[in-house]
Amino acid sequence: MVWQVLEGLSRESAKRLRFVPGIVCIDEGAACGLSPEARAKALAEMKLILQTVGFPWHVVALEEVFDLPPSVLRCFAQEPVGTEGAYKAAVDSFLQQQHVLGAEGAGDSPSLAQGEEQLSWPCTQDPQNPQSPDRPPTAAQTEALSRLFDSVKTLTAKEELLQALRTHLILHVARTHGYSKVMTGDSCTRLAIKLMTSLALGRGAFLAWDTGFSDERHGDVVVVRPMREHTLKEVAFYNHLFAVPSVFTPALDTKAPEKASIHRLMEAFMLRLQDQFPSTVSTVYRTSEKLVKAPRDGCAAGPPGPRCLLCMCALDIDTADSATAFGAQTPLHLSQTQPPTPPPTAPCCSAGMGRVQGCCGGARPCEREDPRARVIEQLCYGCRVNMKDLPSLDPLPPYILAEARLRSQSCFPRACIEQQIQEYLVEDSDDEAQTGES
Amino acid sequence: MPAPQCATCHKARAALRRPRSGRALCGACFCAAFEAEVLHTVVAGRLLPPGAVVAVGASGGKDSTVLAHVLQVLAPRLGISLRLVAVDEGIGGYRDAALAAVRRQAARWELPLTVVAYADLFGGWTMDAVARSTAGSGRSRACCTFCGVLRRRALEEGARLVGATHIVTGHNADDMAETVLMNFLRGDAARLARGGGLGSPGEGGALPRCRPLQLASQKEVVLYAHFRRLDYFSEECVYAPEAFRGHARHLLKLLEAARPSAVLDLVHSAERLALAPAARPPAPGACSRCGALASRALCQACALLDGLNRGRPRLAIGKGRRGLDEAGPPRDGEPERAPAPDAVPAF
Repeated sequence: MVWQVLEGLSRESAKRLRFVPGIVCIDEGAACGLSPEARAKALAEMKLILQTVGFPWHVVALEEVFDLPPSVLRCFAQEPVGTEGAYKAAVDSFLQQQHVLGAEGAGDSPSLAQGEEQLSWPCTQDPQNPQSPDRPPTAAQTEALSRLFDSVKTLTAKEELLQALRTHLILHVARTHGYSKVMTGDSCTRLAIKLMTSLALGRGAFLAWDTGFSDERHGDVVVVRPMREHTLKEVAFYNHLFAVPSVFTPALDTKAPEKASIHRLMEAFMLRLQDQFPSTVSTVYRTSEKLVKAPRDGCAAGPPGPRCLLCMCALDIDTADSATAFGAQTPLHLSQTQPPTPPPTAPCCSAGMGRVQGCCGGARPCEREDPRARVIEQLCYGCRVNMKDLPSLDPLPPYILAEARLRSQSCFPRACIEQQIQEYLVEDSDDEAQTGES
Repeated sequence: MPAPQCATCHKARAALRRPRSGRALCGACFCAAFEAEVLHTVVAGRLLPPGAVVAVGASGGKDSTVLAHVLQVLAPRLGISLRLVAVDEGIGGYRDAALAAVRRQAARWELPLTVVAYADLFGGWTMDAVARSTAGSGRSRACCTFCGVLRRRALEEGARLVGATHIVTGHNADDMAETVLMNFLRGDAARLARGGGLGSPGEGGALPRCRPLQLASQKEVVLYAHFRRLDYFSEECVYAPEAFRGHARHLLKLLEAARPSAVLDLVHSAERLALAPAARPPAPGACSRCGALASRALCQACALLDGLNRGRPRLAIGKGRRGLDEAGPPRDGEPERAPAPDAVPAF
């Protein structure tokens, strides 16, 4: 994709792309358990390529998630057009492309130019000089990151967590440097696999955002996927024919057995099925084009509901009428003869609040002040299922926990308001009306 | 290490662990819990109102056996009466044995049993004849396509014969999950748009259908049948190995091994799929030949039979519908129109 963008921007191309790109690389070596030497080596190779490309580039280590502010998780309204107008090519898929491919580029420039019509803005500024890389991450951060990923029990949850953190980091970098769009190099094959995987993870409501062309759930930064019509095979041929340099770095699931995670399973299944029924990937892709970004019964219109803490999609948990709400709560709300089942990973006990194991078995529900319950109820269904594999929320980067605390406080304004009223009730009854709104 | 106590009654020794929650229960408590869950499904979804005459699609397999048993237990509480309807598709070496099991069950529970046969309803076409007709030409035989559509028609006929007001089938959560996967892999957007609910309310004269076992996982169904010592027929349909559903089933098994809640997650996803209005099926009308529910001029059963009778069995499958005498522009390849998910080869 970077190569394509390069060609598109060159003076010889028929339809010249008109935006200002930058490149971001995320170094995920710590999450994958790479040694520092291996990481440094991969980084050096990457920089060589980036320097030949010539766009401004930023190399960010995943450890920097620990420095992110909670505002990353908030959705800002789209800023008025025309101020910055600079776009950005995110090449993190550089690192995450499975096993052989690094930079992606395929097809021909007209198809890319067609995608850019929607994105074109007049170039208002020259590309900045390539920046020097940020300071290398501290050992404490690296250790915190590896502790976080080690504490996750299944590979599936690890991959999902990695994806969430990566998205947040890219968002942050984009916002800091004033980019309004992020382009990722997901190919048709990858998106088809991602679609099926999201389905299996319970994210059926958000498929249009996860696999569509543009993803606007973050508000001011839009994620676009210009490569979504090119299959992996085409990409491989392009890279080979045009000698596009690529870097291979091991990903989280490199050399993992096939049954290790849902992502691996689905990938192997789809590729095997593709052998037998050659139209599988394109069929799934076409089905994804028929998905729309709306709640199922079209009852959108009202005020936007709460958003998931991690993936920032509108929450999809209903209360009673959904079938799976029942299924998931079956152990808790069923016949009166059975006491509520303790969830398999006794969460409130691990939150360090010092409670006894038996508390969940009691009849009373867990209290709201429990931080884990507080975070869980702000997540969508898919993220909740992932959180089950995370026994304790402590290793999570602080910005997530801080945002959770902030949101739960604003969700219960009544408690705060009543508390404030209580303070003033004794003193002066006239002040009640004024303090009621704060 | 001694066996754990049952988590509910704390008296008996635990005999199993529930697959989803991991609780250890004794046999009696597990059966009670299972029945309570089915009751909750039916009551919360208002699926079977009191006074309903319910036709149970009985194939002799584990799902329909468990369904019939549970409904029989719950019948006094729900105020419904049951009739068994069995469908004879004419698959030699398979259906005869299954029907024998159904007859034994009917005798044991003392429920009236009606058997409807394809050969009688559809002009002599049994599934074996259909398979012979569609064989050859290098393509798959698409037996499940025919069998699924025709069986639902047969069930409807059988239900009308016994004067039923509702039809229930024994589809479990695994079936629903497989259906979603399969529909996605085949790109069947219309079915995806239709599916995901608890059954169809019965539009245009078709009887309302529901699936009370929809939230029970397959493992629990088998466990229930084991603890209640139910007698069922457990062979696979003769045509099952060539069905596309086999791929989806295999995938589901793998997914379940990687993550036990995969089945529930898939059902949750399926409920919340948002498809474009253009992809949704058109509003149902009536078939011009038999008057049944249809989204085109001819209902799918009539269309399939038409193709078979003309010696062009694939006429109504996929894009080949142009050969039928029906008005209206041919639509995008939608092999079936039945508002319920694809046929499960073995119940």
